[in-house]
Amino acid sequence: MSENKIIKPTISEMPEGVSGPGFFATRLDKAVGLARKFSLWPLPFATSCCGIEFMATMGATYDLARFGSERLSFSPRQSDLLMVMGTIAKKMAPVLRHVYIQMAEPKWVIAVGACASSGGIFDTYSVLQGIDRIIPVDVYVPGCPPRPEQIINGILKIQKLVENESLGRRNSPEYLELMKKYNME
Amino acid sequence: MVQDYIPVLIQTLLVLGFVITVMALTHFTGPKRFSREKLDNFECGIEGLGNARSPFSVKYFLIAILFVLFDVEVIFMYPYAVNFKALGKDGFIDMLLFVLLVLAGFVYILLKGALKWEKN
Repeated sequence: MSENKIIKPTISEMPEGVSGPGFFATRLDKAVGLARKFSLWPLPFATSCCGIEFMATMGATYDLARFGSERLSFSPRQSDLLMVMGTIAKKMAPVLRHVYIQMAEPKWVIAVGACASSGGIFDTYSVLQGIDRIIPVDVYVPGCPPRPEQIINGILKIQKLVENESLGRRNSPEYLELMKKYNME
Repeated sequence: MVQDYIPVLIQTLLVLGFVITVMALTHFTGPKRFSREKLDNFECGIEGLGNARSPFSVKYFLIAILFVLFDVEVIFMYPYAVNFKALGKDGFIDMLLFVLLVLAGFVYILLKGALKWEKN
C-alpha cells in the first residue's frame, strides 16, 4: 500500500482575481459561488434502499462532510440541496413537491438512483416515473442503488453547478418559465 | 485615559459594521420567492389540518405526570440495588420508608380515581 502514490484531487481552484500581499479580490458572484458550493446543506428525502447507500455516504468511510455537506437539515427552510433517494409513489408526490416548494432559494435537487430518476423497475400505476415530472432536477445519479462514490460524484456535479450559477439566475425569465412549467409560483 | 479605549471603540464599530454589511448584502443578493404554499407551516410536506392549540382531555396529562413520578421512584431503586449490601439495615429502612411514602400516594390516586380511564 505504501508504494501507491497519493493523488490529491483538486476539489476547487482559486477563482480569477487580483491578488497581492495579504489580500485577494475577485468578482462577487465568484466569491458567493465558492461559499455556497462548500456549504450545501442537504435535505435527505430517503424513501428506500438508495437512502441506505446515502447513510454509508455520510458515514466515516466515505464521509460526505469532506465536501462541505457536513450538516444535514431536516427542515426545508434551512437546506439548499434536496436529495431524493428512492422510489417516489404517486401518493408521495405532493409531499415531495410541498417540501421542495418550502425550501429556501437558491435550491438544487439531486435525484439519486434509478427510481427517483425514472421510476426504475417499478413501471407500475402507483409509482411516479421520475421526480422530474413534479419538480425540476439538476443532477441525476444512475444506479440501483448507486454506490457511495457515485453519490459523491453527483454532489461534485451539483457543486460545479452551484459554483457557476449567476447571481441573477433565480430571477431570470428562463427560471421563471421553468417554475411556471412545474406550476409553481 | 479615555484615549486608551479608542482602539476598542474602533474595533466595536468595525465588527458591527461588518455584521450589518454582510447581513444586508445577503438580503440583497440572495434570491427570494414567496408564495402561500411556501409560507405554510412545515408539516413534513403534508398539508396542516386544524389548530395546534385544540383542547385535549386532562387524563393524558395526569397519566403522563403520574408515570414520571413512579419512574423517578424506579430510578432511585437502581443505586439502592447496587449499594444494597453496603447500606445494610439502615438503608433498607430508609428505602422502605420511601417506597411506603410513594405507595401511600399511589393508594391516594387510586382512591381518587385518577387512573380510571372511562370515568365521566
